[in-house]
This record gives sequence, C-alpha cells and structure tokens, in this order.
Amino acid sequence: MPSIPRESKYRPFRPGRLAIHAVLLVLSFLFLLPLILLVSASLSSETDISTYGFTFLPHRVTFAAYEYVLQNPSQIVTAYAVTVTVTVIGTLAGVLVMALLAYPLSRTDFSWRRPLSFVVFFTLLFSGGLVPLYILVTHYLQIQDTLWALILPYLVMPWYVFLLRAYFAGLPRELIDAAKVDGAGEWRIFFQIIVPLSRPALATVALFCALTYWNDWYLALLFINNPALEPLQYLLYQISTNIETLQTSSQAFGVQIPALSAQMAIAVLAIGPITLAFLAVQKHFISGVTLGGVKGE
Amino acid sequence: MMLPGLIVLFVFAYLPMFGIIIAFKDYRAYQGVVGSRWVGLKNFYYLFETDDARRIVVNTLEMNALFIASVLLVALAIALLLKEVQGSSRWLAKFYQSTLFFPYLFSYVIINYFVFALLNRSDGLVNHSLQAVGGSAVSWYQSPQYWPVILTLVTVWKNGGFWSIVYLAGMLAINPELYEAATMDGASKWRQIWHITLPMLKPLIIINVLLSIGRIFYADFGLFYQVTRNAPELYPATDVIDTYVYRTLTSIGDVGMASAAGTFQAVIGFVLVLFSNWLVRRTEPQSAIF
Repeated sequence: MPSIPRESKYRPFRPGRLAIHAVLLVLSFLFLLPLILLVSASLSSETDISTYGFTFLPHRVTFAAYEYVLQNPSQIVTAYAVTVTVTVIGTLAGVLVMALLAYPLSRTDFSWRRPLSFVVFFTLLFSGGLVPLYILVTHYLQIQDTLWALILPYLVMPWYVFLLRAYFAGLPRELIDAAKVDGAGEWRIFFQIIVPLSRPALATVALFCALTYWNDWYLALLFINNPALEPLQYLLYQISTNIETLQTSSQAFGVQIPALSAQMAIAVLAIGPITLAFLAVQKHFISGVTLGGVKGE
Repeated sequence: MMLPGLIVLFVFAYLPMFGIIIAFKDYRAYQGVVGSRWVGLKNFYYLFETDDARRIVVNTLEMNALFIASVLLVALAIALLLKEVQGSSRWLAKFYQSTLFFPYLFSYVIINYFVFALLNRSDGLVNHSLQAVGGSAVSWYQSPQYWPVILTLVTVWKNGGFWSIVYLAGMLAINPELYEAATMDGASKWRQIWHITLPMLKPLIIINVLLSIGRIFYADFGLFYQVTRNAPELYPATDVIDTYVYRTLTSIGDVGMASAAGTFQAVIGFVLVLFSNWLVRRTEPQSAIF
C-alpha cells in the first residue's frame, strides 16, 4: 500500500466525504451483522430465543450454552485436535512441497521449465471431477478414514505454485550465481538463500493454505466416517443437520436442551481462533489478496 | 526437488482425469475402473433423458451469471468508495477493508449458521422483523423462488470484500497525475471515475470476468449444499451440477449417472476455459493466461 502524503492525514472531513464514510460504516455493520447475531444467540437462553427470536443483543446474558457445550467437551476437543493437526501438517507440508515445486520452475536455466510448468498449469484447466477422485481415494488408495484423505488432496494448489514461482523469479539472479561460485549445492541455495528472502510470499501462501484446511468439511464429508477423525467444520455440519445428536445426549442427563444456543456457541468456538488469527495478521492477508489478485488470479 | 509435488499432482489431479472413462463404462467396484464393461454413451443417454439434466445446467449457468455480475458491481462500488476515503483517515480506511474482507474467512458451514439465524421459520430475525411490521412469516427453506436472491446476497457478502480489495489495489496503482490533471481541467468526480478509473481498470476487470466465465459451469458446492441445508424443497432453484453429482454418487449410488454429469461438466468447462482465454487474448493480449 503506497504511503499517504503527510498533509492529507490532517485534511478535514468534507461533507461529500462524510457521506462516503457513512455509507461505508453502514456497509461494515451489515457485513458484521450475521456474526453479531450468532454471538448474541450463543449468549442467550433457549427460552429467550424462542420468545424473541434471534436478536442483536441478548435479552439476558447467560453462558449456559457454553457451559453446556463444555460440560461434555470430548467430541469438540477431538474435533479441534483433528482440525489443528490437519491444518498444521497440511500447511507446513503444502508450503514446502509447493515451494520445492515452484523454485525449479522459476529458474530460467532449468530446461524442463516449460513442459513441467504446463503439467502444473493443466490441472487448473481440466479436472476429472468428483466421481474419479472418490473412487480413487476409496477404492484404489484406500485412505478413507485416515488423516491422509484430509490432507493430501489439497497439498498442491496450482495458483499458489505460480504465485511462488513469480516471486522466486523476481529475486536477483546474482545471489544464486554467487552462491554457486562459493560451491553451494541447489538444496543449500534453496533453503539458505531463497527461503529466507521469500518470507512474504511463503507467509501469504501459508495463510491461505491454513485457511483452506481450517475451513474444510468437504473432504470429511466425502471420506470420513470415523467420529474420532471428524474435523471441527464437519462436526458443525453434522450438528446443524442433526439437532437430535445433541438432544439425545442431553436427555440422558435430564437437563433442558439448549439446542439452538448451544449450536451457536459451538459455531462461535469454531470461528474464534480464525477471527483472532485474522485480527493479528490482517495486514498480510490483505496484501496477500493483492499479491495473488492483481496478477490476474 | 520437484518430485513430491509432481507425485501429488499425478495422483490427485492426473489419475482422476483418466478416471473420466468411468462415464463410458458400467462401473462395478469389484471389476475396477479398467475391468468394467464399456457401454459407450449409455450413461449420457440416461442422464439427458431425465428432467434433472436441464434443470441442473440451467440453474448452474443462471446462478453463476447472477453471481459474476453482482459481485463485480458491488466490489467495484465498494472499491470506489474505499478509494475516496484512502486519504482521509488511515485507521477508518483499514477498518472498512478488514471488516468487508472478514466474511471471506468463513466456511459455508459457518455461513449456514448465519443464514439460519436470519431465515429460520420460527426464530429467524427476518421473520421476526416481518411480523413486527405486520407481515407474515415466510417458510424460507421451503420457498425456492427466493433463493436466487438469497444465494446472490450470500455470495456478494462473502466475496465482495475480497474482490473490492483486488480492485482497490488496481485503482491505487493508477498514476495520480491523471487525476490531478483532470481536477485542474475542472472534471467532476463522476467524470474522473468514468473517464479515468474505470478505463484504467478495464484490463483487470476483463480478466477477472472472463476467468469467472471460464468457470461458469462449476458451481460452488458449499454454497449450494450447506447454505440451502440441502433442502429438497429448494432443488428447483438450487440444484446445480455439483450437488447433483454428489447426491447421485453418494446417496443414490448411481456411479454411471454421476460420472456422466461430472464428465459433461469437465468437458464443457474445459472448452469454456479455452474459449475465455481466447477472448482474453483477443482483447488484452498481454494478460492472456496461456
């Protein structure tokens, strides 16, 4: 983002500009509205929801839904553990594998550069679709109901390979040549020169990979039947389609069922980490969008 | 060095490509993909005999066309607004960008929760508001006629901020001297937008729109599956190729029909990508993807 000239910082608000601010403020509020509703419902009692419906502010704030959800947390803890494991392994492995793939493709002295770039690129143009992938994973690889099925299909994402390739290609060539003169091998050049210099691009790709893994429920929907391997998003999906899961487990204890508020509380628990992470690194996220976007993604 | 990445691509991208032959076979799990009997175009024949085929193709194209146009208009409008406040308050400008980008972070599972809080029949905010002003409650999840609008709103909400940041970056890259010269000549803000900002953004807009058109045959599965709660009552408006393939494969278990629909999508999709790239090359040769 280009820096703003000093004097403009103190420019007074003009009426026209004030109107634009008003529009943007309203818009921002509208964009946050669903989130506010969700948080409010998670802090409401079940009776208040059925009397007043979903409201922006809870009529009476109660943590009953969270208490209820965390009273018997094993399912949520397991799902959290699966999601964190998949996100961490998938992101680290994905960034590494994609960077290793992108680096040779960025080197003009690599003679297989063009054909292999096309091999990567073609997967963006054409895909076999769901049926062959499903049969491959369940019938031939037989990795359904393993963490592999949740990680491997997203490991190499061609857009990010090209984003990294473009970034690597922009690094000064002399550095590589100098390192070669000093007798460094290709692996050393990659890990000791290229990787440290490419932190911004690697961080951007890591962020978006992490987001993909954290938010994924699709691979679980296709390939996971074992409750112990259900990621958080998939658990949320099941809860929303099947309120009875919660109800039957609570009837055993003879307590009132905070079905709706409990659902919303679990959703808040699921989006909490990603919201915090976003607040911490929003600058990188937004610059990452422009890094990939303006180049014509 | 490249081996791990190439192996992953080979297994998870190239092997499924060869898997499209399943669409021309009578697939039996015990015989495998290679061993199953060839049946020619029979699966396609069955598929296009159903009413579903027309419905899912029309829905996919209609909804995606709606999404492309609305996201573009809203994202451009937001970007223009954001650009105007860039100079006035840094803190607020950042706040708007972050807030508008925020929905991009949510999965469709979470978005389903949001939409449910708004639309569910008895407790949803929309029905409560309708009743407060004397209207009557609507069973949203049983009324397909509203869903093209609802899903468009959801898509704009989720992706509008993302694309506005892309377009804003494009706008900030425009040479400020152009605006200074225009202001000196007494050009109004509207004229500046119309004669400087939009023309300078044209290449970026064209590429993004053509890329989306290249993918118009692919629906956003999560949007159509999660946000509609997969309600059969809504299928007339919301059943798209991707949800049809998924349902036919997993709940009906008709591999032949599902793979016929999937292969049809893959082939037409491929042709559309090639076509849209050809169009890009004709209009903006330097930004063609290949």
